Amino acid sequence: MEGLHHDTMVEKNNEPPKEVPGSTDQEQIVETASVADSEKDFSSTSMNASLSPEDKIELFNQMVRIRRFEERSLRAYQQGHIGGFLHLYIGQEAVAVGAVSVMSDNDHVITAYRDHGHALAVGMDMDECMAELFGKRTGCSKGKGGSMHFFAPDKNYWGGHGIVGGQTPLGLGMAYALKYKGLKGSCLCFMGDGATNQGPFYESLNLASLWNLPVVYVIENNGYSMGTAEARHSAGEPLARRGEPFDVDWSVSYGHDLYEVRQTMGDAIRQAHEASKPSVLEIITYRYRGHSVADPDQTYRSKEEIEEYKKSKDPINLFKSKLIDEGVLSEESAKSIDVKAKEEADASAEFANASPYPEPSELMDDVYWETDNPSERTSGGTMFFESV
Amino acid sequence: MPEITYREALNQALSEEIERDENVVLLGEEVAQFKGSYKVSEGLLEKFGSDKIVDTPISEAAFSGLAVGAAMMGMRPVVEFMFWSFCYVAFDQIFNNAANVRYMSGGLINVPIVFRGPANGGTNVGATHSHTPENFAANTPGLKVICPSTPADAKGMLKSAIRDNDPVCVMENTILYNLKGDVPDDNEFIIPLGQANLIREGSDLSIIAHGKAVHTSLEVAQSLEEKHGVSTEVLDLRSIRPLDTEAILSTVRKTNRVLLVEENKPFCGVGAQISFLIQEQAFDYLDAPIKRVSAIDVPQAYSKSLESVQIPDHDRVLEKALELI
Repeated sequence: MEGLHHDTMVEKNNEPPKEVPGSTDQEQIVETASVADSEKDFSSTSMNASLSPEDKIELFNQMVRIRRFEERSLRAYQQGHIGGFLHLYIGQEAVAVGAVSVMSDNDHVITAYRDHGHALAVGMDMDECMAELFGKRTGCSKGKGGSMHFFAPDKNYWGGHGIVGGQTPLGLGMAYALKYKGLKGSCLCFMGDGATNQGPFYESLNLASLWNLPVVYVIENNGYSMGTAEARHSAGEPLARRGEPFDVDWSVSYGHDLYEVRQTMGDAIRQAHEASKPSVLEIITYRYRGHSVADPDQTYRSKEEIEEYKKSKDPINLFKSKLIDEGVLSEESAKSIDVKAKEEADASAEFANASPYPEPSELMDDVYWETDNPSERTSGGTMFFESV
Repeated sequence: MPEITYREALNQALSEEIERDENVVLLGEEVAQFKGSYKVSEGLLEKFGSDKIVDTPISEAAFSGLAVGAAMMGMRPVVEFMFWSFCYVAFDQIFNNAANVRYMSGGLINVPIVFRGPANGGTNVGATHSHTPENFAANTPGLKVICPSTPADAKGMLKSAIRDNDPVCVMENTILYNLKGDVPDDNEFIIPLGQANLIREGSDLSIIAHGKAVHTSLEVAQSLEEKHGVSTEVLDLRSIRPLDTEAILSTVRKTNRVLLVEENKPFCGVGAQISFLIQEQAFDYLDAPIKRVSAIDVPQAYSKSLESVQIPDHDRVLEKALELI
């Protein structure tokens, strides 16, 4: 995989990255981070040993649902039902599903613009997500957010943010609020490899460490910031090491193995809960589609590179094989899960298609709390200077 | 009614609101141990402790964004900028995140946050420290913007801003911090946002101003009365967004002559919007074209001799007023 700098880098780098103290699987993670294509088995590590067959099947189901939802959304985009950008998560599913699966009640999630996978993983339903993509009133943001701006605060999901790295201080603030309120929780702040070059990320690392805030920065390193490979956008490697000057614990692990993601995330969350300490987790992953689906994909990487990853590291296929090997899943039941996911995705597209667009008058709603709650308005004066 | 300074009025507002609501905290550079760069937060650390009065590093993007994230989770942070000029390194956090999250989430998430600090020229500190971004902020739906000009307004409006469920930008003025005035010693003394203050009544001319320009305008109104026999009314906007359009139209209908005075720069400035409003909704009441006095349209000058020319002063405003009579 010549084009995958972030992958070959790990192969060449014999110096093990610093590990999260207190990890029960220190050796495993270090070994995995320093040797590509590790066959290391995480299925019986502390975070995974107690998973029931039903839990495992549900994790598989979640990944399949995300994949089928996004494939269906791609078709809808190509048919002209979805406008703007569509940043697909296909190839990265194990990261969101694995991470969210180890969260507890006071753990929160915030991410960037490639946000569909996290949204479905936290429990948002396909209908409200697809309808949002279609710009419909029944969308999770009433058609006002779009692909990059999904939110579900009732599910501890705080978006969906369009500016690269702009969410890194927000995630910090969520961790700050949890600590201020005396809650034993954390904020998982997802970001891409490109976001590691934005200034607010470093400012946030400094404050996170200085104030001992329980934020977990998860760098989903898919190798490319838009069309620029890691070797062309980032000096110094690995990216997670950027936590080091701030005394923030960091590690590098793989995102194609759902068990490994769960273990890595579980360790970091535990550290956030028990010691109120931040961490930076770089998770090596890969996206199969363009940065946004309308972008040219062959200017910066080859078809062969994509095919090779799909063949050897597809997170869904790998997990399926593991579950079949474990005797938890059969080909038939996997097929049935897949068929159901496709049906659910098709149904969400039908729902979105049949849903009404927002009325022009709704353009003015949801800007200010006060204008949405006129009976409780305390301000006077004109709030809007051009109205529908 | 006790007479206190604008600075003390802000301090009272902060103290009372932190006392009233456990979700209110003050974050910023030098707000705690140092007692505030301009001493606005003096005594608050001793009173409330370091959980509520939080010294930050010089790191506006991080602490502004942190406060927005905390506000999304239900806190009510007050962020102090040492100067509003420094908000530019946190622009994304204020103008993208704070302003847009409510809309982009279809109203699911509120951002009850206050960004406050001085936003003025006239202190001989050069262009980078002398910005007046009230027009930028007011151009951003989702944000509210206020520019209190008196100690009473400083207290009553900051309290309103802290209780508001949306982001409010409070633009103060270092030159006003020592200004004294009567301020009610009352925990429930609130001045609603979006209400202008007819600070002086008159019949021949209306001067519409905000911030420190209100005080310049009051001096000019006095001169007009004493030396030229012109009865001048001064309307202090206090709040830029929401804007008290009715008060503006009302004074125009009364005097039929309007002078706009601001320390903001002229191009796409606050006065430009007010001027549009008047011509659209009170054109027939005007007996003369609207005139405007703004800061001279160049980066803020350092030298006192230049900056005093740049910012509207008594003589420049008076001269323009006389052109209207």
